[in-house]
Amino acid sequence: MENMHDVVREYVVNEYVEDDTEVTNDTPLISGGIVDSFSMVSLKRFLENKYNISIPDDKATPEAFDSVNKICTLVKEYIG
Amino acid sequence: MSHIGSYDERVKNFDWKISEDELGYKEGDPINIGWYCTDRICEMGKADKLALIWEGSAGIEKRYTYDDIRKATNTIGHFLRSLGIRNEDRVCLFMDKIPELYLGFLGILKIGAIAQPLFSAFGDESLFIRLENAQTKAIITQKKHVPKVRKILDKMPWLEHIIVVDQDPAKPLMEREVAFDLEKAPKIDQFDLFTTYKESPSVLHYTSGTTGQPKGVKHVHGSLISQYLTAKWVLDLHDEDIYWCTADPGWVTGTSYGIIGAFSNGVTQCVLDAGFSADNWYRFIEKHKVTVWYSAPTAIRSLMKAGDEVVKKYDLSSLRHLASVGEPLNSEAVIWSEKVFGKPFLDTYWQTETGCIVITNYPGMKIKPGSMGKGFPGIFATVVDTETHQPFTESGKIGLIAIKPGWPSMMRNYWNNEETYKKKFVNGWYIPGDRSSIDNEGYFWFVGRDDDVINTGGHLVSPFEVESALLEHEAVAESAVVSKPDFVNMEVVKAFVTLKPGFIASKELDLQIMNFVRKKLSPLAMPQEIEFVDSLPKTRSGKIMRRILHAKEWGEEIGDTSTLEDD
Repeated sequence: MENMHDVVREYVVNEYVEDDTEVTNDTPLISGGIVDSFSMVSLKRFLENKYNISIPDDKATPEAFDSVNKICTLVKEYIG
Repeated sequence: MSHIGSYDERVKNFDWKISEDELGYKEGDPINIGWYCTDRICEMGKADKLALIWEGSAGIEKRYTYDDIRKATNTIGHFLRSLGIRNEDRVCLFMDKIPELYLGFLGILKIGAIAQPLFSAFGDESLFIRLENAQTKAIITQKKHVPKVRKILDKMPWLEHIIVVDQDPAKPLMEREVAFDLEKAPKIDQFDLFTTYKESPSVLHYTSGTTGQPKGVKHVHGSLISQYLTAKWVLDLHDEDIYWCTADPGWVTGTSYGIIGAFSNGVTQCVLDAGFSADNWYRFIEKHKVTVWYSAPTAIRSLMKAGDEVVKKYDLSSLRHLASVGEPLNSEAVIWSEKVFGKPFLDTYWQTETGCIVITNYPGMKIKPGSMGKGFPGIFATVVDTETHQPFTESGKIGLIAIKPGWPSMMRNYWNNEETYKKKFVNGWYIPGDRSSIDNEGYFWFVGRDDDVINTGGHLVSPFEVESALLEHEAVAESAVVSKPDFVNMEVVKAFVTLKPGFIASKELDLQIMNFVRKKLSPLAMPQEIEFVDSLPKTRSGKIMRRILHAKEWGEEIGDTSTLEDD
């Protein structure tokens, strides 16, 4: 079974990192400038598609998306 | 006491000579923004005063005095000259908000070259279009952005140097790349500045229009005269202030007021190079005791969304004056800021082409929440009829904002695009392309753009550019791009797309197309929503009618559809 942390981290690295910056499960994504607020929309869409969930806009905050760990916590809330 | 004092008195007695006298400038003298922002402040006895406090996302902090930035800008200018960069050569700054961006900007100006700042989130296509238009000779960037430059390098024979400010010495440089470490470079104390005058070109900022490619807005060193005084009177910068302009110098606010206005006034300014979070922003204000805060409606609405409780965790009592720019500031945001910060954000209106604030609310003036305020003294602004371009004689009528040309920071041209430049002037008025009305007390009230350009989070996005990028995706047959309402960003990009045979609309394809545009153009230009449709509304001559799609998104009347082709 796929590990959610690995899936999310791999997606972030492939989609949002241009150079060899290392991304761990705790790396600040939004406050660290890796994912900007506009790009958060595509990251949210990826999570919704991948896990067949719907994340309410008011829960998709910069704080909730600020690391792979925080994203996984959020996603788990919406997986049935 | 605010610097502007009585607005009415200032209007009555205004002369740009006020600014020139304060700057010690006389008509015909040399004027160089780089010198005025560094050397001059040192000569005024403030060499040891803090000029820049920079904080990175990892909590790293760097501090520079005015003497430090004087030497650093000399050092950068010296290095550029050693590469053969000369006056009027275009040098692109393609960096996050790191110190080298701010110092590089002034270093470029000191040698008489033209600074071309570009938003570092631009994708390779957006970057290429702008570098090609300017025939840029050198680009200063970070290693994280070098892959984007390498990707398009073969198409850019004119680009001679790629200067990397944080190169890892263990990694090899490639063709045309050169490493430059500002901290390790020998400091240049005495520097022979290139002599520039009022009309010498200084900055090339790119802005988007409805059709065609982005336009390079050319500014000159004489723009300082407007930028200095508007920063002083509107942002009310005093010697003891700690100033924070949240704008990125990839856009005009970040240079006019994030560099020129701040440093020419000799204040201490703070820069936070980190993504947005309400906690982090409030912490930053508390830590550095920010007194003057110049931000944007998008950021203010994001702070509103984060709630009032988070504000209470921090001591924000240092804040004295708040201002906003980028898009109209809604009245709710003005009222909210008054409630939580004890003072309202004052809306300021201007654009890349005007180079400085032209219509605004002033310290001490009665604020009408939701209004843009009044024209800056010495800049005559009004509203004209959309057809005749004659000023209205009655208040309350909606028309086009029109400004009498002639203030010092007005753009001098669009780079290699004289034809489009001339179209911006009608009947002796400069027409910014925004609709507004003026009330019976002379306050301007923003209504909307007069074209299809999308203002998302204060940044202009051309629907044409996004449509062109969409058509490069293998699945897209046709596209139409409009804005749709958004609480935080005022409006965001929405795309209507028809697919080529063999492609089926799906959630996966939707995401793939979004990311395709994001990487090619920028996150701002990425459609936040894609609607797959069977056909697009067109005129009988085959032109896509964006107007109809826009009206549907905004719940407006569709209007005349007599030219619409039959199904």
